Amino acid sequence: MINLTIDNKAIQVPEGTTILKAARMNGIDIPTLCHFELDGMNFENKPGGCRVCVVEVKGRRNLAPACATDVMEGMEVLTHSARVINARKTVVELILSDHPNDCLQCEKNGDCELQSLTKRLGIKEIPFKGATSTYRKDSTLSVYRDMDKCVMCRRCETMCNKFMTAGALSGVNRGFQAVVAPAFEQNLGDSSCVNCGQCVQVCPVGALTLVDDISKVMEAIADPTKKVVVQTAPAVRVALGEEFGMKPGEIVTGKMAAALRRLGFDQVYDTDWSADLTIMEEGTELLGRLKKALAGEEVKLPMFTSCCPAWVTFYEKNFPDLLEYPSTAKSPQGMFGAVAKNYLAPKLGVKREDLVVVSIMPCLAKKSERAREELSVNGDSDVNFTLSTRELAHMIRQCNLDLNDMPEEDFDSPLGQSSGAAVIFGATGGVMEAALRTAYEVHTGKTLPKIDFMETRGFDGVKEATIDFDGFPLKIAVVYSLGNARKMMEQVRQGNPNGYHFIEVMACPGGCIGGAGQPYHHGNSDIIRKRMEAIYREDAGKPIRKSHENPEILAIYKEYYGEPCGHLSHEQLHTHYFDKSDKLEATK
Amino acid sequence: MNLSDSSDKSDPSDFTPKKKIMAKYKMHILICGGTGCKSSNSLQIIENFKNILAEKGLSDDVQVIKTGCFGFCERGPIVKIMPDNTFYTQVKPEDAERIVNEHIIKGRKVPDLLYTNPENKEHVSDSKHMDFYKKQIRIALRNCGFVDPENIEECISRGGYEALGKCLTEMTPEQVIAEMKASGLRGRGGAGFPTGLKWELCAKNKADQKYVICNADEGDPGAFMDRSILEGDPNSIVEAMAICGYAIGASKGLVYIRAEYPLAIERLKIAINQAREYGLLGKDIMGSGFDFDIELRYGAGAFVCGEETALIHSMEGQRGEPTLKPPFPAVSGYMGKPSNVNNVETFANVPVIITKGAAWFSSIGTEKSKGTKVFALAGQINNVGLIEVPMGITLREIIYEIGGGIKNGRQFKAVQTGGPSGGCLTAKHLDTAIDYDSLVAAGSMMGSGGMVVMDETSCMPAIAKFYLEFTCEESCGKCSPCRIGNKRLCEILEKITDGRGTMEDLTELRNLAAVIKDTALCGLGQTSPNPVLSTLDNFWDEYVEHVVDKKCRAGVCKKLMSYVIDREKCIGCGKCAKGCPVEAISRTDYTAPGHKLASMVIDSTKCIKCGACINNCKFGAISIQ
Repeated sequence: MINLTIDNKAIQVPEGTTILKAARMNGIDIPTLCHFELDGMNFENKPGGCRVCVVEVKGRRNLAPACATDVMEGMEVLTHSARVINARKTVVELILSDHPNDCLQCEKNGDCELQSLTKRLGIKEIPFKGATSTYRKDSTLSVYRDMDKCVMCRRCETMCNKFMTAGALSGVNRGFQAVVAPAFEQNLGDSSCVNCGQCVQVCPVGALTLVDDISKVMEAIADPTKKVVVQTAPAVRVALGEEFGMKPGEIVTGKMAAALRRLGFDQVYDTDWSADLTIMEEGTELLGRLKKALAGEEVKLPMFTSCCPAWVTFYEKNFPDLLEYPSTAKSPQGMFGAVAKNYLAPKLGVKREDLVVVSIMPCLAKKSERAREELSVNGDSDVNFTLSTRELAHMIRQCNLDLNDMPEEDFDSPLGQSSGAAVIFGATGGVMEAALRTAYEVHTGKTLPKIDFMETRGFDGVKEATIDFDGFPLKIAVVYSLGNARKMMEQVRQGNPNGYHFIEVMACPGGCIGGAGQPYHHGNSDIIRKRMEAIYREDAGKPIRKSHENPEILAIYKEYYGEPCGHLSHEQLHTHYFDKSDKLEATK
Repeated sequence: MNLSDSSDKSDPSDFTPKKKIMAKYKMHILICGGTGCKSSNSLQIIENFKNILAEKGLSDDVQVIKTGCFGFCERGPIVKIMPDNTFYTQVKPEDAERIVNEHIIKGRKVPDLLYTNPENKEHVSDSKHMDFYKKQIRIALRNCGFVDPENIEECISRGGYEALGKCLTEMTPEQVIAEMKASGLRGRGGAGFPTGLKWELCAKNKADQKYVICNADEGDPGAFMDRSILEGDPNSIVEAMAICGYAIGASKGLVYIRAEYPLAIERLKIAINQAREYGLLGKDIMGSGFDFDIELRYGAGAFVCGEETALIHSMEGQRGEPTLKPPFPAVSGYMGKPSNVNNVETFANVPVIITKGAAWFSSIGTEKSKGTKVFALAGQINNVGLIEVPMGITLREIIYEIGGGIKNGRQFKAVQTGGPSGGCLTAKHLDTAIDYDSLVAAGSMMGSGGMVVMDETSCMPAIAKFYLEFTCEESCGKCSPCRIGNKRLCEILEKITDGRGTMEDLTELRNLAAVIKDTALCGLGQTSPNPVLSTLDNFWDEYVEHVVDKKCRAGVCKKLMSYVIDREKCIGCGKCAKGCPVEAISRTDYTAPGHKLASMVIDSTKCIKCGACINNCKFGAISIQ
């Protein structure tokens, strides 16, 4: 243990603790800007670049960045001396002097860390007047870049390169012109970006924001010729409440359904329903591959999940040689869209193009997935618009509603009922667990002795287990972060030395609950943990917990699709992948 | 021995040739092949000498050697004749024939090519009697100007690789480090960290691979000692790196060199290849079992890449920007392996310390700064060039004795030491014995050894702005104080030099400069405000004049100047108006007594202060006010 004083208070902390952490452990909250950590999720951005957290250390010539300076025995730290306060304010004033300061119209108004820092430091005017750096605006279908607002915290860069290994963003240019941009300053859409959007989730300011599709949805709702239906992803219901002052982990499924009806959606459905459908298709596909493998046939194993659109784009861009490994099953969003346009539209008595399918997703990559050409018919996308959790909250507020006041309502039928297995899609390991629940019973014909697979749960970035499938040892792995996914794909390239059969991949920290479209967590990983707890709570409380026992799923197979992985489901519920490595080649 | 081979053997910097391979020739013509003299056509001089000697059948008796920089760039190209040690200056290609005919054949010196003492106007033929060299002690530059840098044998004949041999055969790595520590050598790149200690820190870390890195980025645009050493004596760096590798347990050396140094790169490559051929690099060097080899890595020329972590990132193919220390490179450097980074000049001292001993080395210099320092002397000074002086010498000795005083008899005003992020010192600092610590105490720093002398024609706020413009350009942009703060400093200085400044701006300037110094991430940002702070401290009146009186006493700040025509002196010829590019000059209706035409007048709102009118006026009627 190390003894030191912070602001004259004697404290003791373990060796290797930073001044910042030591102070926070002792109730002294040194402000930061660039520093960002997702505790226990293997993400830390600590460039020591913003210099907001500087403190005075006795005997040191200059001020020390608290975030990146380890405590030392006998250290005397002052966090609010006149020298520190002056320096800290000056640094923030400098940052503000190169910022558009258009807070009122900024997407991040109220959610901006620079804004709260300015308020906290009591900065009333900016003494420095001078040039401001400008950069062209750029957008993909998911991410909007306004680099004029960039404060060079480098969080996005660390997220993109270290956590995701997508390698789309890095610092370019020097000095005052320094900015974070794709290689050769190309547009993000032309880079190796996979649209995971985590750069948006971690951006402290409004430099990286989502592409707002609210007005398009509002227009569709207002159009009397259109029937507008909505689907909501599993992770949305455990996070939306945060936008309305509820505690993280509050489950708002019923209130959300009620709010969606009041927003004017004609039918309110559930992506959970199509998650169950995904399990039927993907589980059957897995069993099919395993059977072939056991029969000695050539087959691609391990099979990877394919629900995460950032992951799909990632392997299309980085592993074009391994496109046959991921499951061909569409994502739950995609399956819902296909069912809605093919099966539901005639049922509701509308033409395909007059049925507007809106999805509410915890994700920004879904905005890009939605627009994939192969998920459309004659230019009409199966899913017409995708809104994030944050956009839904925005829309609810715009329409003068408060989620707190909503009654609990159910989803509409027939695409509304779901099992607990579908709910857990929202957390890392959930798709795996859901698939195991069904695959086990279908494969063995036996009832699972224990429905909860604890080995797939939790926040470890890589989880491995061998599941006894009635004598067959099924080797599985669950990963989140595309960096971990990359390692798995590289193993496949090396001949799958660990003998995996099935691997779940989610790009975001903790899975979809930590998605880029979720309410900003500002690095508070407890929020993500609470969302995960809520996911498993919701699962445990469901009367049906296995996808193959969902009556609405059984019904649609009986009525429409026949059987999982049958002819019609192959046509509508499965997809194919493309070699998109050409964009990467250009930057190599 | 400074530049003289015949000097007293007790001279601590004597490097007597060990093998007399030069002895087979009767005479040697040493011609500077450094970048400066090369650009003044020294290669043609070499060519001419060779041709003429061949014509006269003297090729077997007289050797022509292309050397590195002699340092006296002011009077380049330099040609030196040995053994009589005659130093010819400002030699032109056509002078080769005269030198051969007169000096080589007839034994008569060519007087008009000799250096002329500016005081007594006497010709000086031996460089050791020249003021420029008298006070110099050449350790790092010991071979520059003496050997053909492209011939390892010449280097060996002057004791090259002897130190490496001594280390490998007589010393343990611990002893090498102990010797380095005892020598008191501090890093010559600017920070002045004790070299031996740095080696020891790296030696302590166990790893399967370690690296010796030579920082040859030399980002300070005014400094060229590293380039000159690499051009003039690359073998000393190769040898020193191998010694360092032996001491710290590294088998790989990397030289990070800026791609703008093609000649240094070429000569270094030649030296490395020759060292390999001679078994001085590669496997089992001198049969000692020690393996060491060197590769080059090219930098794109960024000031910040002189910072060792930025340099390492650049070598790794990453963006060249610094990261926080710890971890220090000694723990986690290139590719995450323990690495020791020293700059060229630091390495150049190493072999001498080994051969002549730490006690000898530490007898030179001051208490805390041992040995010598190479400075690139520039600016408004008579003898511009590269000098190597013992630590503890005064600025006065450098400027007035070695440098020969201020050009054109003007008054000394300031000297900027330490490169773009050093400070400006004044007449009151002239008698400061300069070393790492005294320069910092005076508000400047040693830096890599840039030294720019200024006279009264320099405007100090404009000088501060000039340096800030450089650091603004060269900031990597990683930390806010450096990225934005330096830009704001620059903008405030622009306001002041444009005559828009206020006293509040001066307060803001000082506060902001102090905060940048206090908060910036790396050495670049922490020192970039030095030009501002030191000029505020030492030339406060000049700032106030700019702000309050809107005057620039040096006549540098154009926006503070106005061109005025004295209507009594103006004869009304109108030549000024014809030459004015912006039609700011027109005729008045006043005719001065004795003149026939009405006088001219300048509209100051249109005037761009280009000075064309002054140059066109033959009657001295136009002045700057």
